[in-house]
Amino acid sequence: MENYHDLLMQDIRFEEGLKACMNCGVCTAICPAAEFYDYDPRKIVDTVQTGDNHEIETLLKSETIWYCGECMSCKTRCPRGNTPALVIMSLRTLSQKLGFFTESEKGRQQFAIKRSVGENIFKYGYCVATYAVSPEMHAEQGPIWKYILENTRDIYERLGGQINELGAGPLRKIPDDARDELRKIFDVTGGTELFNTIEEHSKRKAAEMGLQFNDQGIDNEYFIEVYTANNKTHTTT
Amino acid sequence: MENEGKKKIWSEYQKDIADDHFFYVRSCIRQSFFPGSEQFFLDFMRKRLGKDVFENPSHTTCTGIGYHSDIVPFSTIMTVIARHFALMKESGYKNIAISCVTSFGIYTEIVETWKHFPEELEKTREYLYKATGRVFDIPENMAHTSDIIYKFRDEIAANAKNLLVNRQTGEPLKVVEHIGCHYSKMFPKYGVGGAEFPRVLSGMVEAWGGEVVDYPERRHCCGFGFRQYLVQANRGYSISNTLKKFNSMQPYKPDLILTNCPGCNMFMDKWQYTIKEMDGTTFGVNGESIPVLTYEELAGLVLGYNPWDLGLQYHMVQSEPLLRKMGIEFDKRDKFATKDGKQMPVPENLINA
Repeated sequence: MENYHDLLMQDIRFEEGLKACMNCGVCTAICPAAEFYDYDPRKIVDTVQTGDNHEIETLLKSETIWYCGECMSCKTRCPRGNTPALVIMSLRTLSQKLGFFTESEKGRQQFAIKRSVGENIFKYGYCVATYAVSPEMHAEQGPIWKYILENTRDIYERLGGQINELGAGPLRKIPDDARDELRKIFDVTGGTELFNTIEEHSKRKAAEMGLQFNDQGIDNEYFIEVYTANNKTHTTT
Repeated sequence: MENEGKKKIWSEYQKDIADDHFFYVRSCIRQSFFPGSEQFFLDFMRKRLGKDVFENPSHTTCTGIGYHSDIVPFSTIMTVIARHFALMKESGYKNIAISCVTSFGIYTEIVETWKHFPEELEKTREYLYKATGRVFDIPENMAHTSDIIYKFRDEIAANAKNLLVNRQTGEPLKVVEHIGCHYSKMFPKYGVGGAEFPRVLSGMVEAWGGEVVDYPERRHCCGFGFRQYLVQANRGYSISNTLKKFNSMQPYKPDLILTNCPGCNMFMDKWQYTIKEMDGTTFGVNGESIPVLTYEELAGLVLGYNPWDLGLQYHMVQSEPLLRKMGIEFDKRDKFATKDGKQMPVPENLINA
């Protein structure tokens, strides 16, 4: 069995994020996630701090580590200079590397994020772009969003945009060579490897759950399941 | 002597903001949802102030939304940012102007990481060279674009056509300002006023005649939470945290909400619509909703720009109640018109319309 604490220590965010926790609970008091979910960042930091391998493995497979919103409010307030959110981020990275993320409903959602935001990065050169935010997946955007998508070119032309055209300006087409460089950066730095790891474990989990899985796109049962599933056990009320 | 001591005490809350020659990096969210805001910033800086603001078309996403939803490794985003710094170096600039609070937080985190872990800086240099053949320098000055508007707030006030004053009553407008967590909660020294006394927006509001509302949940997160919004199943987190803010600010009857971060703006606008759809609740006076403006949009209104050239009509919550209070005249026919004046269809079911 691998020593998870040692693996976490290889992540500089873990080294930076956890010096010594005195369990005061200020992080939990300030935490927006703790207001909504059955969630207590203090307990996570305390568990990790013990170095108990079994407990850390349980955490890596849990729903709990996926509740944080990474607002980083805890960094400002910790009297010991810890950053619980950085500890969470290193736990999430390790959970994905080891394939443990598919063991929880919230962890499985990494596949949906990879197939949406992750694919946008290579396809468009943006994490988010107007034409990649569909009203079907974003009812909260309201009728103005549908209107914007139906009249995109006219609207953005007046506001200085130049959708899908080369040159400076908002929503310009990102040149092919720039997107190639992004892809090469992902290849060299482990970004592509993480994408592949998310895909590989998600495919395995889809088969285990008996759900249809496509190698590309979002039109498959597994994507819809992980994007929408909520077993209603995550909050206290 | 006493004054010197005070200056020293407050020195860590001051920020040195460059005066000219900016390398401008756009925001995925701001350019997608509020392109008129970025257009205003460039127009104001270049044409009104005569400043040099350069944009390199090869600049891409910083991948920050992917990083904070944990699909992009730290080493990857450090190298993407290093590429931006390389483009800046190649273009001959040393001051960076960042249009997004998420990106700004990323830049500050990475630059601070390189200071504390110099081996990471060296590794990033190697990664970038291997992937692109590029080399980079760390910027001499890093500003969020709101810092720059803050710096020139008095110039804007001096040329104001419309102050933040109710033209009928003469009372200052009540403004809720929302800074956005990643602006200064992580590395306070990079923000005007730090994490404890953020002045970047309140300084603008006061300079332009308004009154800042201090309410209990003023510094609470807007509710984005990255994966907590990106995945449909999690959006209860996002709307619940925004609702907490709305409930907290409502008794103070704000005339507008002013945002630093484009994401926060989108959520505080769109969740007002969603909550109204869900149970009919509104948070403004007389059943209205509260207009949510970017600092560029507000600066534009103060300077007398046409509200429809700023893109105010493309929020869910329409801004007419605010425009009337400020005494700003507007042409209804121009609201949904193209650049050439051609009439477009009029969207239905907008709020405050």
